[in-house]
Amino acid sequence: MDAHVAQLQMQYRNYILSLYQQGFLDDQFTELKSLQDDGSPDFVAEVLSLFFDDCVKLVGNMARALDQTGTVDFSQVGANVHQLKGSSSSVGAKRVKGLCINFKELCEAKNYEGCVRCLQQVDIEYKTLKAKLQDMFNLEKQIVQAGGIVPQVDIN
Amino acid sequence: MSLFHVLGFCLKIGQLFWMLCCWFLSWFLDADKSPLDPDKTKMKNHNKMCFLWNKISTSGLKIPPSFSHHLFGSVRFGKTFWRKVLVAWVVSWVLISFWTFWCLTSQAMDKRKETLASMCDERARMLQDQFNVSMNHVQAMSILISTFHHSKFPSAIDQRTFSEYTDRTSFERPLTSGVAYAVRVLHSERQEFERQQGWTIRRMEQNPVHKDDYDTEALEPSPVQQEYAPVIFAQDTVSHVISLDMLSGKEDRENVLRARRSGKGVLTAPFPLIKTNRLGVILTFAVYKRDLPSNATPNERIEATNGYLGGVFDIETLVENLLQQLASKQTILVNVYDTTNHSQPISMYGSHVSADGLEHVSPLNFGDPFRKHEMRCRFKQKPPWPVQSMVTSFGILVIALLVAHIFHATLSRIRRAEEDCHKMELLKKKAEAADVAKSQFLATVSHEIRTPMNGVLGMLHMLMDTELDVTQQDYVRTAQASGKALVSLINEVLDQAKIESGKVELEEVRFDLRGILDDVLSLFSGKSQEKGLELAVYISDRVPEMLIGDPGRFRQILTNLMGNSIKFTEKGHIFVTVHLVEELLDSSDVETSSSSSTENTLSGLPVADRKRSWQNFKAFSSNGHRSLALAPSEINLVVSVEDTGVGIPVEAQSRIFTPFMQVGPSISRTHGGTGIGLSISKCLVGLMKGEIGFSSTPKVGSTFTFTVVFANGVHSTERKSELHNNNQPEFEGMNAVLVDHRPARAQVSWYHFQRLGIRVEVVTSVDQALRFMKTYATTVNMILIEQEVWNKEADVFVKDPLVHSPKLFLLANSIDTSVSDTLSNVIDPPVLIVKPLRASMLAATLQRGLGIGKRETPQRKGPPALILRNLLLGRKILIVDDNNVNLRVAAGALKKYGADVVCAESGVKAVSLLKPPHEFDACFMDIQMPEMDGFEATRRIRGMEEEMNNGEALTVEEGKRSRWHLPVLAMTADVIQATHEKCLKCGMDGYVSKPFEAEQLYREVSRFFNSPSDTES
Repeated sequence: MDAHVAQLQMQYRNYILSLYQQGFLDDQFTELKSLQDDGSPDFVAEVLSLFFDDCVKLVGNMARALDQTGTVDFSQVGANVHQLKGSSSSVGAKRVKGLCINFKELCEAKNYEGCVRCLQQVDIEYKTLKAKLQDMFNLEKQIVQAGGIVPQVDIN
Repeated sequence: MSLFHVLGFCLKIGQLFWMLCCWFLSWFLDADKSPLDPDKTKMKNHNKMCFLWNKISTSGLKIPPSFSHHLFGSVRFGKTFWRKVLVAWVVSWVLISFWTFWCLTSQAMDKRKETLASMCDERARMLQDQFNVSMNHVQAMSILISTFHHSKFPSAIDQRTFSEYTDRTSFERPLTSGVAYAVRVLHSERQEFERQQGWTIRRMEQNPVHKDDYDTEALEPSPVQQEYAPVIFAQDTVSHVISLDMLSGKEDRENVLRARRSGKGVLTAPFPLIKTNRLGVILTFAVYKRDLPSNATPNERIEATNGYLGGVFDIETLVENLLQQLASKQTILVNVYDTTNHSQPISMYGSHVSADGLEHVSPLNFGDPFRKHEMRCRFKQKPPWPVQSMVTSFGILVIALLVAHIFHATLSRIRRAEEDCHKMELLKKKAEAADVAKSQFLATVSHEIRTPMNGVLGMLHMLMDTELDVTQQDYVRTAQASGKALVSLINEVLDQAKIESGKVELEEVRFDLRGILDDVLSLFSGKSQEKGLELAVYISDRVPEMLIGDPGRFRQILTNLMGNSIKFTEKGHIFVTVHLVEELLDSSDVETSSSSSTENTLSGLPVADRKRSWQNFKAFSSNGHRSLALAPSEINLVVSVEDTGVGIPVEAQSRIFTPFMQVGPSISRTHGGTGIGLSISKCLVGLMKGEIGFSSTPKVGSTFTFTVVFANGVHSTERKSELHNNNQPEFEGMNAVLVDHRPARAQVSWYHFQRLGIRVEVVTSVDQALRFMKTYATTVNMILIEQEVWNKEADVFVKDPLVHSPKLFLLANSIDTSVSDTLSNVIDPPVLIVKPLRASMLAATLQRGLGIGKRETPQRKGPPALILRNLLLGRKILIVDDNNVNLRVAAGALKKYGADVVCAESGVKAVSLLKPPHEFDACFMDIQMPEMDGFEATRRIRGMEEEMNNGEALTVEEGKRSRWHLPVLAMTADVIQATHEKCLKCGMDGYVSKPFEAEQLYREVSRFFNSPSDTES
């Protein structure tokens, strides 16, 4: 039993580390995790689900805005990107944030092609992240079910 | 001769001028010497002007209406006006000199005329007198004739008698050259007469002949006439006229007829005399038969006429003789004229020299009313040149011109000085403007640098979060450290500029001095522990718990001084003491003896003499008890920072407070810094009505001391002790034993423990402590041991079982002090208290050591997080962000620090929540939000507060006027965008980056929530 838990914990630790190493996450995610305590046990999950909801909504908005034939309202796209950037930096979604920074520049430059390309990347990225984090949560759940505790992962 | 006079006079005038010039010069030099009171000088000038003015105004110059204004008001005088005055002055003095010349000349002329007149009159009178004398004698002679010739028969007089008599009496008649008597002979008597006389009556020569060939015999007998007047007697000088008929000569006839008719002496007009042919006048008296009454008619007189006596006056000779008797006959020319016929005056005497103008006429009265005579006198020489008057007037002119020149020179000098002064003023203004511009430039540039620097730092921070290898990490860290150093430098420059331009205003906030010192201490604790320095604070009990002033600036001064101390101290201690000025004044005598001993210092190392650092303070001067004259609510503090560093070289001590001046160029290389800190400190101390000074001994250390004046923040109703212990009640009533052999250090430790309410017994050695323990074993809660003592005497504790009951605490200077090996096997190792001692740290350590007051263990974040927790615990905070995720994260972070968080998704909602009276302690607001952004929302909130405050101002007392002011902090992810300036402009109080950075959050939040005890106020 313990061995299973330990294995799960090891797996979890490695997984998290890989997420950091691959640049999906950054310190802010650690901060976020540190904010979760007994008072709010599902804090991270809540925030992340909020974030992904946001992503769906914002990406949808942007896609619609960029889909317009003729005049594209770049300012609207920009506002959405800004939102997304804020959210992603708050949760520590590093890759999404990096994309958003690029995206915003393209948006300000009114580079339609770039924007469309970037939007696609963001779409892929947040979905990947969502999948990865889903895995992470699954792992956590498994650990808890196995009677272990989710280990604190020190990325440094 | 006169040339010498002129020369002498000129010399005299020259001397006069020289003196005048000297006087003027000295006057102006005096005026120059006192340039500080130009008004006085100007007034002097004005007085002079006034004096001149009175003179000038007499010459009819018009007074400009502005004159009095010029004189008494403005000191600047009109250029043209004074030029006019100058011209008027010169012109008037030229006129005056001419007038003087004329006056003197005419005066001389008058005098000359007078002289002439008196001389002329004198001569005329003499002539007249002598003439009268002669005339009288002639008259007397006529009586003689009538008496002895006509009344006697036969006559007593014949020609011989007459001539003899007349010759002998001629001195009586100085003016006559001769007298003759002619008798009246009617034609009927002619033959009888001619026979008697023996000669015929002859008539006078019609044509004048020369004297030489004059021959009486050659004259033809007189033709038949009605009557004749032949001369019968004559003086020898005129004997040639005997037998001549006087009536035959034209002048003689007229004369004779007039004489007998008037009965007085009459004169002929001058005519050439017979024989001599010289010009002469004949005086004729009639001789009557009887004595006639004075009112006899002419006919009666003619009837009674017997003969005629005539006297010849040879005027020319006579006048000459007369004049020769008088002195100075050479100087004047005398002419005598017969002016009976006015149009044709007949010259009787004198040469006809051309007239030169000046002439005096004296009337001559020779007793004949019919004839008029006058004497005209003239100077022989022309009048001399009027040298004196010329020189005098010229002198006056020269004086006036010189004065004018001096005046002019003065005026131009004054004008030049004024111009120079004006120029200087312009330059001064320019320089001042340049200085202001410099400060502004510095401020602007610093600010402009700071903004992008924030961006750089933010980006660096973000960069650190990215995937970096070790080298890159190192680079970034270095870059960030450099950036932070740059920002702090810029902040200092900005501060300096602000202070120089007088823009710094001190706050009036209630604050806890001890808390501030604890904060500062913790700031330096890392460094001091690193270096193993003893860092300590001691605050006198008499210093009130709460003060009112500017804690930020106070902290800045302290940080500067302590930063320097830390920088330059390698071993020993840094000791900060705070006292009241009165306290030091009272104890200064006592202290001199004790403080000088080396042993009594904190670390046992010698220190610079503290007293010398304040010996120049006004508050400490001999009559320095004026500090007592301060308002009772004012607290005058003395803060000293004492270190055992390298000290300041003597030659650098004088410029230590000058901005950008450092001890030497090598210092900045080895220790860094801009050298601006002390200058800022000095300015700030000055702003706080204090003074700063220092004393330093090279190689021994420095002590900086400054005084500041704060208001007392403790209300009279509050008890000091209540405030004292309100935050750490759990230690109340505890007892401790402190083992320390250094009194100074022991006192500091005692002070800090006593702050927590712990009673401390100080003993100097372990033995003493043990002895003490044996007596009071039950009541002692802890034993505090200095590390120094511990290192030496640790064994004692191991051996003695008694000491195990109370907890052991070790006071050490650095963290890496390892508890010595001998104790590693002891079950209960002593707890390490790392200095510097601060209330919060001490409390936490004691709690941990004693196992009381189970507090949540602080996060792994370090001190800021801990303090943040203290600050934010229980605060109600509103977070506004349109981004749900951000909102949640921020709320989570703040909740972690114990804050009570409320969320709002939009600016509109925030505004509606933040209507005063506020229920929130602070608000964190996102800037970029749809509908209403953070700036706008803040503006509205401030507007509402303003309204509220104004409304309340009517009812609430003045002091609480700005009561409603909710701290609003901007939250922004974008460091570059978040210009502090813009936040402040909208009424925000600061900004924090998003996601929160504990350090920055603390920095901002601590500005509003100064200390937990302050919450209620």
